Amino acid sequence: MSEVVVIRGGTVIHADQALRQDVLIRDGKVHEVGDSITVPAGALEIDASGAWVGPGFVDLHTHMREPGREGAETIESASRAAAIGGYSAVVAMPNTEPAIDNVVVATYVLSQGERALVDVAVAGAITVGRGGTHLAAIGEMAALGIRLFTDDGMGVQDPSLMRRALTYAAPLGVTLAQHCEDDLLAAGGVMNEGALSSKLGLSGRPALAEELMVMRDIELARLTRCPLHFLHLSTARSVALVVNARREGVAVTCEVAPHHFTLDESCCDQYDAIFKVHPPLRTTNDVEQLREALRDGRIDAVATDHAPHEVQLKELPFDEAPAGMLGLEHAASLTLDVVGTDNPIRLFQLLSRAPSAIVQLRSSDQRVRLSAHGGDVAVGEDANVVIFDPTATRQVDRGQLQSRSTNTPYHGRQLHGATRALIVRGSVVVNEGTLR
Amino acid sequence: MIDSLAGENLISLETLSQTAMLEVLDHAELFAEVNSRTVRKVPTLKSRVVASLFFEESTRTRLSFETAAKRLSADVLSLAVASSSVKKGESLRDTIATIDALGIDAVILRHHSSGAASQVARFVPHVRVINAGDGQHQHPTQGLLDVFTVRQVLAERSGTNARESGSELFRGLHVLIVGDLRHSRVARSDAWAYSRLGAEVRVCGPGTLLPDDLSAWPVTLETNFDDALQWADVVGVLRLQKERGTGSLVPSLDEFTASFGMTKQRVQRLRSSTLITHPGPMNRGVEIDSWAADHANCLVERQVANGVAVRMAVLYLALSGARVEGEINE
Amino acid sequence: MAERERRHARPRGTVFVPRTQLLTSEDVDRAVRRMAHEVIERNVHIEDLVVIGLQTGGVPFAQRVAAELIDIARRPVEEGLLDVAFYRDDVSLHPVLESAETIIDVDLTDRTVLLVDDVLYTGRTIRAALNALSDWGRPRSIQLAVMVDRGHRELPIRPDYVGKNLPTAKGEAIDASLSGVWIGTLVAK
Repeated sequence: MSEVVVIRGGTVIHADQALRQDVLIRDGKVHEVGDSITVPAGALEIDASGAWVGPGFVDLHTHMREPGREGAETIESASRAAAIGGYSAVVAMPNTEPAIDNVVVATYVLSQGERALVDVAVAGAITVGRGGTHLAAIGEMAALGIRLFTDDGMGVQDPSLMRRALTYAAPLGVTLAQHCEDDLLAAGGVMNEGALSSKLGLSGRPALAEELMVMRDIELARLTRCPLHFLHLSTARSVALVVNARREGVAVTCEVAPHHFTLDESCCDQYDAIFKVHPPLRTTNDVEQLREALRDGRIDAVATDHAPHEVQLKELPFDEAPAGMLGLEHAASLTLDVVGTDNPIRLFQLLSRAPSAIVQLRSSDQRVRLSAHGGDVAVGEDANVVIFDPTATRQVDRGQLQSRSTNTPYHGRQLHGATRALIVRGSVVVNEGTLR
Repeated sequence: MIDSLAGENLISLETLSQTAMLEVLDHAELFAEVNSRTVRKVPTLKSRVVASLFFEESTRTRLSFETAAKRLSADVLSLAVASSSVKKGESLRDTIATIDALGIDAVILRHHSSGAASQVARFVPHVRVINAGDGQHQHPTQGLLDVFTVRQVLAERSGTNARESGSELFRGLHVLIVGDLRHSRVARSDAWAYSRLGAEVRVCGPGTLLPDDLSAWPVTLETNFDDALQWADVVGVLRLQKERGTGSLVPSLDEFTASFGMTKQRVQRLRSSTLITHPGPMNRGVEIDSWAADHANCLVERQVANGVAVRMAVLYLALSGARVEGEINE
Repeated sequence: MAERERRHARPRGTVFVPRTQLLTSEDVDRAVRRMAHEVIERNVHIEDLVVIGLQTGGVPFAQRVAAELIDIARRPVEEGLLDVAFYRDDVSLHPVLESAETIIDVDLTDRTVLLVDDVLYTGRTIRAALNALSDWGRPRSIQLAVMVDRGHRELPIRPDYVGKNLPTAKGEAIDASLSGVWIGTLVAK
């Protein structure tokens, strides 16, 4: 249900410049952008003074847990968390139960997504049941409008199968996305392999398990000419490999997750499984290098890898607990912490423009009934707009989350930056920092 | 760093200062005297309840702890995991909460996961937690009884009083830990115990049975086992943990024995004063030869005997509060 | 001096600050000798006696009493040391006590035990000692000698031999050693 909204007093973040402008939204579209817009009668006025006005954020990597694990999260609860985080669209990962490996499950998730607060795009599985042995119905799902395919949660281990998937996907105009970890090298590992894991008596997941698969898949992408997106890279070397390949003309992109550029492996030293994630939290050096690469643009996108788990599962011993942590509600603040308040263009590039390009959400798609995201705040664009206040501060409280789960690793942290308002398809979803 | 175990949990030896370790060893000497009496029981922990919770079976460690608790007159609640609701999928937290609801002062925890003792300490902060071995992390009472036994033997040899010697007998002592360090919680405890008391610790073993990265361990790596044996005053032989998949990490047990086993030949070449320890149970013929295990310098049986006194000291200290100020002047 | 420091490490973290000397070492000497004579008077069979000093303050007095007894009776007297830390009923109410060695190499059954301590106060240490002694057999009788009785008993315990009765206030502390008896206070280190 769209309405007439005027966003007044903010700084509009365009792709290459930031301008003090007002924005008028009407009929689900950006209707007017100008220095000073008079508020029409009956219009909702949003005070954006001191805040950034830009395209709503797009999360490439959300585990919505529906269908199958609604105790941890639902499409509805994840979309509320996304809205508070400033996201106008999220990509639902296919590692549900059953997996999104066919048109039926994909259609179900898309239809649930239509009732959600934000746009829900879907990533399909590469292999049947994410089992890593047979190709899933990539063609049928692509025909439905799905643009991203991954077995995330694990990587496609078999190089021959991965090659086949890339070869099959290339002419379909879709992108494959890989969770890079060699299962054999990472076998049994529960945290970053190194001095700390050796001292704590926890089995390690070596950085090499990730980097080796990045190397392999760069070569497979080069061979097959299929676009390939690397999910949640966690080591400095992985990023360097991707940057180098891109320089050589290989169609590869990459994302990093907030926890990988905010937290390091030392978080694991109390054996709190809240900090267990795959790939694992790495060294301080990796964290520093990822931050540097985010600032200078070598990394394409920030993606949350929002992975809700019920509290009782995260209270299991470290080696038995499931991997993953929440991200949607705090990712933008953590990204702001890296790029700084003087670089809003980079922030919107990382959180909105690049991810929407990777999952091809720049234009609306009627097949999957998704609007366009990550574009310019300009007349005629679909009105998916976030008003993000870089000066707001908030303390993370796991008891105050929108998510059904509480496994945030940031509990107690003071964060800067918060969503003041969010408009999805012309409707105000968040106003004055709270869900409407 | 913990400077006194009084009122504290015992989770790891890494965080125990030399002072705190000596406090345990000195109290253990006193409890060893109690164990030599006709009536081997003191009323110290009367009406205290100690739960022994073993998620991983270890009859010898459990018996040692429970004997220690009983000699201090504590009531012992013994939960055998095989016969409990844990098998029905109850979580560690719920199991602890259930036992806590019965009213316990301390829990002795053995668990197959590294870090389980730390987690339990967070779940029940008012209960003292004694780690009886957590995964591949630590086995602190084993480390303490190893240094206790070595100090006792060295004191006997030099005709000094172990209590009065403090850490003196460890100064410059050469300790070699050999074998499956990768999976060994005993090694992770021993390394801290010996080094904190002033000994120099080196480790030796096949590359695949060493931890991935030793830089956070207070040890140095020795590659030539036979040279290291000549250097060592104490050789800590570790159990080869076949149940943790060690089998696939070395080409064969025979090759392991030939390369890193305490064979009869190797023991015969040791200096006559060199001591051998083993945490038990031994794989005779694998990491230690039967002849070596029965050698006079092999302290295995004394380690077991001392286990009770050391665990009495740990329980006594951990359950001694340091909270209420009071005057004692008699 | 080391002995004194160690004693006043009870309870841990406090130290004794003396105010007034009440008895000199000569006074202490005389009192010990008098007590030894009283012990001989009450115990015809001195060879049945086992003198046990309570760790740590009672030990030097026990050794002196035993030496006096040997001197007077011209017979050997058996001795022992007892630490009651493990028998106290207040573990966890107090900071951990310095514990010391216990050496009792005799079966106490049918023997007469002379317990010796420096200061008698609430009586809880003696209660713990009585409890402990039963672990070495069943003595025919147990007698108690203390250098100073400062009153404030919390249990029905009465000494058989007293070096000096010194009524004190509860906030005060007494330090008794062979070199004399002082009154003062315990303060945190």
